[in-house]
Amino acid sequence: MAARSDRRRRRPRTKTAARSGQAPRDIAKVPTGIQGLDEITGGGLPMGRPTLVCGGPGCGKTLFGLQFLIDGAQRGEAGVFVSFEETDDDVVKNVRSLGQDLDDLIARKRLAIEYVRVERAEIEETGEYDLEGLFIRIDHALRAIRARRIVLDTIESLFAGLTNVGVLRAELRRLFAWLKARGVTAVITGERGTHTLTRQGLEEYVSDCVIALDHRVSDQISTRRMRIVKYRGSNHGTNEYPFLIDQRGISVLPITSLQLVHTAGKARVSTGLPWLDDMFGGKGYFRASSVLLSGGAGTAKTSLAAHFLDAACLRGERALCFQFEESPAQYVRNMRSIGLNLERWIKKDLLRIHAARPTLYGLEFHLATMHRDVDEMDPSIVVVDPLSAFTGGSFGEINNMVMRLIDFLKGRDITALFTHLIPGSSATRDMEVGVSSLMDTWVLLRNAPPGEYGGRRLSILKSRGMAHSADVRPFELTDNGAVAQDADGGIRAWRRLS
Amino acid sequence: MKRKRTTRRAEEWILRLYVAGQSARSAAALRNLEAICERHLAGRYRIEVIDLLTHPLLARGDQIVALPTLVRRLPPPVKKIIGDLSNEDRVLVGLDLRRTARRKASA
Repeated sequence: MAARSDRRRRRPRTKTAARSGQAPRDIAKVPTGIQGLDEITGGGLPMGRPTLVCGGPGCGKTLFGLQFLIDGAQRGEAGVFVSFEETDDDVVKNVRSLGQDLDDLIARKRLAIEYVRVERAEIEETGEYDLEGLFIRIDHALRAIRARRIVLDTIESLFAGLTNVGVLRAELRRLFAWLKARGVTAVITGERGTHTLTRQGLEEYVSDCVIALDHRVSDQISTRRMRIVKYRGSNHGTNEYPFLIDQRGISVLPITSLQLVHTAGKARVSTGLPWLDDMFGGKGYFRASSVLLSGGAGTAKTSLAAHFLDAACLRGERALCFQFEESPAQYVRNMRSIGLNLERWIKKDLLRIHAARPTLYGLEFHLATMHRDVDEMDPSIVVVDPLSAFTGGSFGEINNMVMRLIDFLKGRDITALFTHLIPGSSATRDMEVGVSSLMDTWVLLRNAPPGEYGGRRLSILKSRGMAHSADVRPFELTDNGAVAQDADGGIRAWRRLS
Repeated sequence: MKRKRTTRRAEEWILRLYVAGQSARSAAALRNLEAICERHLAGRYRIEVIDLLTHPLLARGDQIVALPTLVRRLPPPVKKIIGDLSNEDRVLVGLDLRRTARRKASA
């Protein structure tokens, strides 16, 4: 892709050339560097054409533009940032918080910032004028660094500075056509209007690609969303995609293809407990399957999940654990009490524990951070402990999130284990867990009913595509981990893999 | 107030007209400007015409967006008037010359 975008396509600057550019053909695309967006759009923004990015204040428009340029600069494609709102210095400062050093890119002529300020109070208008001055400045900036990308942020500010709306509209139309004829890929940002996508209806002029950004707050938790309103000549995802802005910039959640196309291998992965592997035909879970461990409070869900993590690390695989109830230190300490030394795996960076309070962010944000962490670490197994911590959203939202997470993990050939707390213990009837249908394997954990022999019970409710035990297996947590018991109560000599 | 006006009268006016090439609009703006200056600032003005097609970098310093733009460099503060300067009254207002002009007319 870098090679393709590097290629300089100089179109002759004539009107006919601009028109022939609209002829239907395969659209070349320019990657944006925004994680996820390139997947939704099938490669990025339309090459050599303007894209409108619109949304309310603080929704990330400027950042979108800057990230697009920084990405270009890193690929060797220079870009010009025309700022109508912030001075050069402010732009540089703001991006520094993302760990990007624009000064360096500017010094290397990969980036140029052109600050355009129009102050109504300073200007008297008399007679006819046009915006040729702006054209000349942009032209000069583009030539000076041989730019192939440009961002106009936010060009509608001109409407606040100049009064002749007729001239402005005509000139903007000319500007967009001119940029298109030059073959530079442009991002034009616009503030959301009350009934239109942008205050000045820029969407009428920029018709090749329109992306709307949105920033909503519900239950005091904010979610950012992105939607491709249109993309002429290209397929694109049409949903609203959540995205997040953090110290690494914008990333969109491309967990879009809710298609059941995962390859289904026969490889197995150990549960971490020989007796439990036995119950799954001696081999454990299918690799890249989803496993649900559900049970009441204190039924050893977390402990069994820890066994799974430990076994993976023991095999030298990487494991990632999302902990929503305990801090990593507390978790490690607690697992030590059943003989699991997780700390050594953390030190070797085979195991990462990502702990966060579920109420800290919205569901989407959690999903996004999970997505990103998985991308970064590339683990072979993932544990989410517990899934039931997510109570923020409606049932449908949580279901949707889990579905997307599972799809994403399966797509990466990752085995995912979720724990789930069933309110009240030993209540088999009301365990209508919505997410269970999404799971390939469902293991139920119970505490022994009063009066029966103590300990815990484990049973496999389902395990798609494999023979599995129908037993209700008693087990107990010992200093050496979870140990199965015979029906008569005698502890079998099962030992943890070590 | 009075003293200020007398000092201003002694000052030289430096007006800078930004244009792009030899368009009809540019020419009209320059023609209009010269006529106004002759009427109101005779003998104490200087006009610099800057063609941005040959000096594009100069557009940045004065934040030029629209063309033609007239910039009053001196006396301060900097003032800008955009358009072909066809409306003399507006130009006089923009240059802060209107009051002076009226006084002259009544004198």
